[in-house]
Amino acid sequence: MSEITPEIVKEHGLNEAEYKMVLDIMGREPNLNELGIFSVMWSEHCSYKSSKKWLKTLPTKAPWVICGPGENAGIIDVGDGDAVIFKMESHNHPSYIEPYQGAATGVGGIMRDVFTMGARPIANVNALRFGVPEHPKTRHLVHGVVEGIGGYGNCMGVPTVAGEVEFDTSYDGNILVNAMCVGLAKADNIFYCAAAGIGKPVVYVGSKTGRDGIHGATMASTEFTADTEEKRPTVQVGDPFTEKLLLEACLELMQTDAIVAIQDMGAAGLTSSSFEMASSGGVGIDMNLDMVPQREESMTPYEMMLSESQERMLMVLEPGKEDMARAIFEKWELDFAVIGEITDTGRMRLFHKGEMVGDLPIDPLAQASPEYDRPWVPTPKRAPIAAKDVAAPADMMDAIKTLVSTPNGCSKRWVWEQYDHMVMNDTVARPGGDAAVVRIHGTQKGLAVTSDVTPRYVFADPVEGGKQAVAETYRNITATGALPLAITDNMNFGNPERPEIMGQFVGACEGIAAACIALDYPVVSGNVSLYNETNGQGILPTPTIGGVGLIADVDKTIGMAFVSEGDAIVLIGSTTGHLGCSQYLAEILNRTDGPAPEVDLTLERKHGDFVRSEILAGNVNACHDLSDGGLGVALAEMAMVSGLGASIIDGSNDVPLHGWLFGEDQARYITTTTDAKALLVAAQAAGVTATLIGEVQGQDLKIETAGTISVSKLKDAHEGWMPEFMAHPDFED
Amino acid sequence: MKACVIVFPASNCDRDMKVALESSLGSSVDMVWHRETDLSGYDLVAVPGGFSYGDYLRCGAMAARSPIMAEVVKHANRGGHVLGVCNGFQVLCESGLLPGVLMRNANLKFICKDVKLKVERNDTVFTNGYDAGQIITYPVAHHDGNFFADTETLKRIEGQGQVAFRYVDNPNGSADDIAGIFNAAGNVLGLMPHPERLVEMPLGGLDGKPMFDSLIKSLAA
Repeated sequence: MSEITPEIVKEHGLNEAEYKMVLDIMGREPNLNELGIFSVMWSEHCSYKSSKKWLKTLPTKAPWVICGPGENAGIIDVGDGDAVIFKMESHNHPSYIEPYQGAATGVGGIMRDVFTMGARPIANVNALRFGVPEHPKTRHLVHGVVEGIGGYGNCMGVPTVAGEVEFDTSYDGNILVNAMCVGLAKADNIFYCAAAGIGKPVVYVGSKTGRDGIHGATMASTEFTADTEEKRPTVQVGDPFTEKLLLEACLELMQTDAIVAIQDMGAAGLTSSSFEMASSGGVGIDMNLDMVPQREESMTPYEMMLSESQERMLMVLEPGKEDMARAIFEKWELDFAVIGEITDTGRMRLFHKGEMVGDLPIDPLAQASPEYDRPWVPTPKRAPIAAKDVAAPADMMDAIKTLVSTPNGCSKRWVWEQYDHMVMNDTVARPGGDAAVVRIHGTQKGLAVTSDVTPRYVFADPVEGGKQAVAETYRNITATGALPLAITDNMNFGNPERPEIMGQFVGACEGIAAACIALDYPVVSGNVSLYNETNGQGILPTPTIGGVGLIADVDKTIGMAFVSEGDAIVLIGSTTGHLGCSQYLAEILNRTDGPAPEVDLTLERKHGDFVRSEILAGNVNACHDLSDGGLGVALAEMAMVSGLGASIIDGSNDVPLHGWLFGEDQARYITTTTDAKALLVAAQAAGVTATLIGEVQGQDLKIETAGTISVSKLKDAHEGWMPEFMAHPDFED
Repeated sequence: MKACVIVFPASNCDRDMKVALESSLGSSVDMVWHRETDLSGYDLVAVPGGFSYGDYLRCGAMAARSPIMAEVVKHANRGGHVLGVCNGFQVLCESGLLPGVLMRNANLKFICKDVKLKVERNDTVFTNGYDAGQIITYPVAHHDGNFFADTETLKRIEGQGQVAFRYVDNPNGSADDIAGIFNAAGNVLGLMPHPERLVEMPLGGLDGKPMFDSLIKSLAA
């Protein structure tokens, strides 16, 4: 075994202090296999060493939470013995290097996290962030990522029902691909990773192990530089066909009592799966690497332990059940190999060709991984901007048209029509609305799912931005009639070794925590992606929030499309005309200054509860949350999906008209109803600000004192940008 | 009336098809694994959508060579009814039960959306729940739905009235806007759009329901 030089240690991403800890734990110099294992286990990606301290501050409990963060995914109880298992995870770095495979394996990985716990995946969600359209790589990346997501999810037969697509220059060299999967299990048949039972067999199932993805977890924990292209071999290659077979085989085996513990091989492959199983069970494992199914000849122990080949699982089985289990996997044409056994040594011992090639203590390595309290500085507060000091547009209706047709405001139909969003025949609310609604098969119950964050708010004010991301998912779920139950957070930030970036992270955690508490909406799973920087340029802080809610009867869910002419349009919430950090400021005036809108969490809760109860009582027939672009854009969106127009009364009062139309004040919804009087009376009784602002009418959006524009013209603008942009060839000279 | 749904590795609309058939039939529909070799007793065999064998090689090509497909061919030759949807249509073409082939969509992208179809004829057990010429909505969800046949074959298909459905607004480049075809005898139907996806109001409509209702009514008679 080669001698471990400082260069080798550095190549493995360990600093001096960390290597000293390695020596202390081992009591000797590690060999290369052992060093490789330390390297991936202690990478930021696997160890959360910079973020742990702050993640612990997030609220994770509620009576309906079955399992919070720490397992493969979070679990909530949705009644009748049904459990919903979900998580969002990033695959940013691989997707930038190889967009199709990076995105595809991101989707594959998150689905494995969910079905490894015993759930059948029933909905996928994706939050995507790319560089500006004019960046030479953007179009190529959009093509590849969208095709990769579709290629994997479509083949799996899991509908991709919701998501986001945004463009910003801060993602030019570091795109974000955040994939979320929601699965359904029986609450009494959930599987965990804790190994137990001395002498029980450790079994490997799924694809063979190849040389792909070696050191993927370490790559995901460093910044990008100009030589990033050279990292291509660390990107894994996905095979959704094998994953579909693995899903069916695992779920079939899970109907028996054969499985003691099960863990998918994700980042850091066989290493992290085996260490996690052993560490959470407080046992040791002896592993015979000769038995690992291998795709290539002469693979070394180092390569086998660090490979990130996809579509693999590790299980501990009850002794005597091996043959029955093997028959199931062989039926699905998958590899099945007993590769080791549980021991009482508390050590991971690796054997290869008759020799012991690694011998590591499990607990110190898995649990005593470094934890840093990195220095941080709070983001300075920005000076307020009054709407009266912000220039009004030359033409209000033109401004609405512009806002619904920009890269960030336009329809993302081009994206979601490439995803099978209907397979499984339970998609009740399809993509393009506030939240998608997926029925729980064979019942009337439905899950509302969405993902949201407004990175420009988080950049301006991490605390308010963190609150807002959670609040927006809450509103989107509420707007369908569902009750928001829990979230998963995917924290995408820059280099945590820079105090201002760490300050963004700390602030966002504070905001998210406050919102979760106020809205009774805990975090049950999540993922942290740091070092999202290229050549020292950090991304906008992007804590993507995936929310899940429940509606007892899908027949009661409503959409955002206007329903009938003559319906009254009622605005819930008050409007101060907050234009700081707004879409209006960015797109019309090309400014990004001003503070993020403040989020009054008490109001969010009150307005949400009111709107939801009115929807469930059948008193509201369409509902849309107000976010980017404010009232003007929300009205346009409701008109465009229905084809119906509206006649709106100027309700701006002492707020300048452009502030009233484009301000991004929070805790607001537009509702429509056949009985405005009853809704207003109910709002007053509930202490909720509600204003009658007009009615559904004709084929034009007409706003008193602002002007008129035809809905079809808006729709052409809204649907136009994305297909036109993507129709150009990938690379232009 | 007995019906079954064939299951290949990575079929993924098998459950959807079973549920749609069962809701019209009122009794249970069997799932038949691709390695099985007996279809006796079934009146209707449904070949569902999905990505059999990962769509590797060519969509439907490997599934067409699985043991059960020899039985599906025998079933069809006996006069038994066969319905192939999406990947099922591709499998039926690859197995020779239907003419033509499904190529990559003209825009080279996967397309998932509702499309309008014209019902070409309603004097068949598959379509007698519709009016001839009726415009209906079924969703499509495919990457390879671009129907192609040589000129002579197309002429024959058209001449013998084998076209079942045509796209009103062709989404994938299919020849003659063909969305679905019968075999010459009329007991085998293959189509790219998914009737089983619009059989309940919560899913967005009921336009697929008449196909299952009419099939079951006609075959039970």
